[in-house]
Amino acid sequence: MSPVLIVFFLLAALCVIGALSLILQKHPIHSALSLIIVMVSLAGLYLLMGAEFVAAVQIIVYGGAIMVLFVFVIMLLNASAEEHTSFSKLAKFGGLPLALALTGLLASAMIHNGGAVPNTTSPDALASTTTISILLFSTFVYPFELTSFLILVAIMGALVLAQREKS
Amino acid sequence: MNAVTTFLTQDGGFWVLTFVKIALLLFIVLTVNAYLTWFERKVVALMQSRIGPHRVGPHGLLQPAADGLKFLFKEDVMPGGVDKFVYLLAPFLALTLALASLAVIPFGPDPLPFKFFGHQIDLWITNPDIGLLVLFSVTALGVYGVALAGWASNSKYPLLGGLRSSAQMVSYELSMTMSVVGVVLMANSFSLTEIISKQQDGKWGLLSWNAFTFHGGFPQIVGFLCFLVSAIAETNRVPFDLPEAESELVAGFHTEYSSFKFAMFFIAEYTSMITVSSLCAILFFGGWNSPFPATPFWQFTHYLPSLILIPFGLWVLFDGLKYETIFGKLVLPALGAAIAGIGALLLAGIWIAPLHDVNEYIQGPFWLLSKIFFFLFFYVWARGTLPRFRYDQLMNIGWKLLLPVSIANVIVTAGFVLFRSAP
Repeated sequence: MSPVLIVFFLLAALCVIGALSLILQKHPIHSALSLIIVMVSLAGLYLLMGAEFVAAVQIIVYGGAIMVLFVFVIMLLNASAEEHTSFSKLAKFGGLPLALALTGLLASAMIHNGGAVPNTTSPDALASTTTISILLFSTFVYPFELTSFLILVAIMGALVLAQREKS
Repeated sequence: MNAVTTFLTQDGGFWVLTFVKIALLLFIVLTVNAYLTWFERKVVALMQSRIGPHRVGPHGLLQPAADGLKFLFKEDVMPGGVDKFVYLLAPFLALTLALASLAVIPFGPDPLPFKFFGHQIDLWITNPDIGLLVLFSVTALGVYGVALAGWASNSKYPLLGGLRSSAQMVSYELSMTMSVVGVVLMANSFSLTEIISKQQDGKWGLLSWNAFTFHGGFPQIVGFLCFLVSAIAETNRVPFDLPEAESELVAGFHTEYSSFKFAMFFIAEYTSMITVSSLCAILFFGGWNSPFPATPFWQFTHYLPSLILIPFGLWVLFDGLKYETIFGKLVLPALGAAIAGIGALLLAGIWIAPLHDVNEYIQGPFWLLSKIFFFLFFYVWARGTLPRFRYDQLMNIGWKLLLPVSIANVIVTAGFVLFRSAP
């Protein structure tokens, strides 16, 4: 097995373990920490694919800023360990079959394609910052601007809500 | 093949070399950290007309060693009711991330003149194309050390300190990242070595540094000031040390930490000071470039290291002779003689060719280390001068002053870069 493959499996295992731990942990802070592990190991997987910029942004934005806000809010509310309630009926009769169906669909798609998932773009497109910015500001300029506009609206909405509470 | 896969398929020699380099850098940085505490106490003492540490060793030089031993032998208290895993994870996280950021800092332009099993020995551990982004991602994760320490301690003061620090660090990270965008625009790269080599211009010396140059952009002096202030806030140092404000919060986030776990936070703080100082030097003040123009007229400035080393060595020598202890009488004069000897050897490079090469080789590291030292002094200087900000003032500076100013800096710089590159 090549070293690249070993690192891939290590990171993938870390990612899955983190995701499982996110669901199974009882304390919100522990769940948030598990989510950080998922984010960071995903960044490692991006690095393996050669998407250095995306990996760094993944850590800065998701691992750093967003998860810090999560941890901050949990600390501020001083949330304690959650209590287990009984399994919801909707989950038992709706959720479980749907989850199984999704797993089956994914598995069959992978088997059908011979284990290889086709690349959506050329693999080198995400390698350098220059190519990413050219893609971002030419091909994907409208989705990009629309997304930033959406975020701006969300910020203004948050400001309006916070202001109303004060008066 | 991308950078990471090439890295993973290197042979054994590369790994041995890298591990040796990491061990060496860790040793140097931890020693410098220890003496930084001594330096800080001495300088602050001078500013306040005191003597500072002077009992342990000549000029208190063995004080850091004594402090280190004390940290190791203190009782390691684990308060009741803490979240054990997170409580132990927090200092580990803080220290690891602080030390990890040093891996991408380049300390000199040229590789060593000999090879290690066919591998070039560069003066950096790794030099990724996204060096600056790696640094920022490590800083972004650095918040967790402080925030989790505050939360896991299960105590009121640390919790308040942790809350303050996460709010403060998230706010100042924005202006810190924004303030270096100008530099990235001018260098057209995230790689630290690339940013430094773009600031090199034979004729102009220090005028071609990013802080002052019009070449390919706009002087980044405003960006530098924004970066400096936000970086000081990001490292939780005075005057932004609200997470550990002793008059309000006892010791803030590390109140419940004792013994070596406290020392880990301490080392992390001083290591991030070194990282920030090197970033200031690299991004805005030319990195390893000399402030003097590289013309034959200024050639004599290449002997500046020996000009500093010889008098300093002689001073250590004669100062040591005054001491009555064995350490003072023997070690200090020997050390002084060695320092003066190295200086004299470098000076002899005027006549002897191999020594001349050595002298040329150390120019880059010499200037970079001098600049780093200056910014470390600036940290101590600020600590000795400025009172702590109030929390609302801190937030106002971050969001209402630094962020708009650094965004304006980005727009102006982008305009200049566009204007210059237009046909």
